[in-house]
Amino acid sequence: MFAALGDPTRREIFERVAARPQSVGELAGDLPVSRPAVSQHLRVLKDAGLVSDGAAGTRRIYRMNPQGLDHLSAYLNHFWNESLAVFKAAAEQPTKERRK
Amino acid sequence: MSTQSVAVPVRTSIVVEAPRERAFEVFTAEMGSWWPDDKHILQGELAGMVFEPRTGGRIYDHATDGSECTWARVLAYEPPDRVVFTWDINLRWEIEADPGRASEVEVRFIAEGDARTRVELEHRGLERHGDGWESMRDAVGSPNGWHSGLQALAAYLAG
Repeated sequence: MFAALGDPTRREIFERVAARPQSVGELAGDLPVSRPAVSQHLRVLKDAGLVSDGAAGTRRIYRMNPQGLDHLSAYLNHFWNESLAVFKAAAEQPTKERRK
Repeated sequence: MSTQSVAVPVRTSIVVEAPRERAFEVFTAEMGSWWPDDKHILQGELAGMVFEPRTGGRIYDHATDGSECTWARVLAYEPPDRVVFTWDINLRWEIEADPGRASEVEVRFIAEGDARTRVELEHRGLERHGDGWESMRDAVGSPNGWHSGLQALAAYLAG
């Protein structure tokens, strides 16, 4: 799921959609990216379950998918993995050198 | 819109080449030696982090000006087996004053030899931090919220 956010443009699109539901046209108008490219990025985000879409008249409106996304879990998983790596190094120090 | 689903706990583990007692001590008493420098909520200059070694104790940062910031309550303190503490930090890395909106972290220390310990961590009750859409939307847009979290995550995944 989160590999979908590895691309900077896709992340930017995701953050804009998360901030406000909007259409492909609106996104393309605000970004230096073509409409087909925006559509392609949205397709990846949708396939990853990060955004969902719905019809509004003749347009499709994209919004963040609150069900499919668990930012907090992903973030904390990352946080703890990083922190435990540092913890491991501290615990394996032969002498008790305390920084603070 | 209400999204009252139960979040899947975050679970991770690491094996350290140290006795269980040592691993427990570093995780608790010496928490300040490995906690990320940029993940302190304190306003003033950080002087240190204190882990009060008892059930009912606190985990807090203190500043050089004497101010303190308590960000966790110790729910279980069982050296060298297990420690459980609350996570009184909201989605914006600010103190969560409402205990009903705090998650909790359980850490178990399992001996895999005289000098090898598996440390298992579970961070659970994440759904208490907010009910999905509204809080996430706000958090994504805040300077130190999930926007920076996402960047860190993306950098991590890219690396």
